[in-house]
Amino acid sequence: MKLDLSGLQSFPSIPGSAVDDLGEDLFAAPSFQLPACSDFDGFQKDAIQMVKPAKGTTTLAFIFKEGVIVAADSRASMGGYISSQSVKKIIEINPYMLGTMAGGAADCQFWHRNLGIKCRLHELANKRRISVTGASKLLANILYSYRGMGLSVGTMIAGWDEKGPGLYYVDSEGGRLKGTRFSVGSGSPYAYGVLDSGYRFDMTVEEAAELARRAIYHATFRDGASGGVASVYHVGPDGWKKLSGDDVGELHYKYYPVAPTPVEQEMTDAPAA
Amino acid sequence: MARYDRAITVFSPDGHLFQVEYALEAVRKGNAAVGVRGTDTIVLGVEKKSTPKLQDSRSVRKIVSLDTHIALACAGLKADARVLINRARIECQSHRLTVEDPVTVEYITRYIAGLQQKYTQSGGVRPFGLSTLIVGFDPDTGVPALYQTDPSGTFSAWKANATGRNSNSMREFLEKNYKETSGQETVKLAIRALLEVVESGGKNIEIAVMTKEHGLRQLEEAEIDAIVAEIEAEKAAAEAAKKAPSRDT
Repeated sequence: MKLDLSGLQSFPSIPGSAVDDLGEDLFAAPSFQLPACSDFDGFQKDAIQMVKPAKGTTTLAFIFKEGVIVAADSRASMGGYISSQSVKKIIEINPYMLGTMAGGAADCQFWHRNLGIKCRLHELANKRRISVTGASKLLANILYSYRGMGLSVGTMIAGWDEKGPGLYYVDSEGGRLKGTRFSVGSGSPYAYGVLDSGYRFDMTVEEAAELARRAIYHATFRDGASGGVASVYHVGPDGWKKLSGDDVGELHYKYYPVAPTPVEQEMTDAPAA
Repeated sequence: MARYDRAITVFSPDGHLFQVEYALEAVRKGNAAVGVRGTDTIVLGVEKKSTPKLQDSRSVRKIVSLDTHIALACAGLKADARVLINRARIECQSHRLTVEDPVTVEYITRYIAGLQQKYTQSGGVRPFGLSTLIVGFDPDTGVPALYQTDPSGTFSAWKANATGRNSNSMREFLEKNYKETSGQETVKLAIRALLEVVESGGKNIEIAVMTKEHGLRQLEEAEIDAIVAEIEAEKAAAEAAKKAPSRDT
C-alpha cells in the first residue's frame, strides 16, 4: 500500500468535489501501510491509548464584549517526567487568528502551520481573509480524514473576522463545535470552575485577562500535568496581541502572599554550656 | 488510456491554439445571449430559436441557476453546457460545505474558467464549445456582478456583455447605450440589445431577472411582450420627435 500524502499538500484541495474525469480521484482518503501483526485492531487500540493521556495541559478561550481571550500553560510532560516548562501552546496561525495546543505537540504544531498556509492561499485566491468558520472547517475536515490513525489534537481556533469574534473547538476525532467558552486539557475541569463562576460578557480587556490568568493558575495548582508560565492573549478587531506571560509560581505568591504569622515564643540561642 | 493521450489542442507554428479558436467559432454559431448589470438588478437574456410544435419548451431551459444567488446563460454547444453546469453546481455546494459560506460570483467564475482551461491542456480531450455569462450577488457585500468565460478559459468582469450569434452588434449597441440603470430600466436595456439581432416578440426571447431579495425570476412571455411594446412605442416617439422639429423651422 502506497503512503498517500494528499492531506499534506499545501494547495487547498476541496474534499467532497466530484471525481475529476481526467482521471484524478479526489475522493481518495489518506492511507498508510498496515503493520504486519496478528491482531491489528488490538494494536490500533493500544496505539491510541498510548497517545490519549498525553493531553496533559490546560488551555482555555472565551468570547466577551471586546473580543476573544486565549490563555494556556506551558508545561510538557511525559508521564511523570516534566520535559519542558516553556512550551508555546498558543500558536499564531496568522496575525488575526490563534490556535491552542493540546494533545500531541508535533501534531498540533504541524497542522496549525499547515492551516496557516491554507488560510494565506485562500486570501491570495479570493482577495479577502478567510473566516474563522472556514478556517476551523478546513482543519476539522483534514483531521477527520486522518481519523483513527493516531493523531491527537484538541485545539481551539480563535479569531476576529468580518462577522466579529469567533471561537471553535476542533479535535482529532473530527469534532467541531462553535461556542463562547472552552477549556481543553487535563487541567480543564479546574479552569472551568474558575472561568464559569467569574465570567461576564461585558468585562474590560484587563478584567477578562485577569480571569483567564486566574483560571490557568488554579488549574496548574491542582493538575500535575499543567504548569510553567500562564500566557494570555487577546484577539481584537486589529488582530491578536500577547497581554502577559507570568510564571505560575510567582502568581501563587501574588494571589496568596505569605502573611507574617505572629510568633508566640521566640527561640533564643541556648546559653553556651 | 495510453492510446488517447495524444493532445488534440497543440500550438501551431505561429502560436495559435486552433482547437480553441474553432471552439470560439462554435460559440459564434450559438444562440445570442446578453447580460446587463444594474445597480440592484442583473438581467440575462437569450434568443429562443423557434420551438418545433411538438417540443415541450419547458425542457429547454437556457438560463439556469447554479445556486440561489448565482445564474448562468451560455452560447454554444448545449451538451457541453450541461456538463459544465453540473460541475459548477456541485462546486457551489462543496464550497458551502467546506467554508460554510456561499460562493462569490468571482469564485465560481474562476472555477468554471479553470475547468474550461484544463480541457485545453490535456490529452485526448477537446475544449468545451461554449462561452458563459455568469451573474449573481456576492453573499456578504451584496454587490451585483457579471462575468464572462470563454473556451480558452479566460474570464473577466463586465458591466454588460453579449455572446453567441451577432454578439458584435449587440456589444456595439450596449457600448453606445449603456448607462447605470436599476430595476425595470436594466431589463429594458437588455431587451433592447437583444432586439437588435432577434426578431421581436416574446416568443423569441427568454429573459431572467435577478435581484438580491427575490433571486432569479424568469419573465413570462406576456411580460416580455409588454416590455417589447413599450420599447417599440418609445422608438416610434423618438422617431416622431426627430422629424417634427425639422418641419417647424
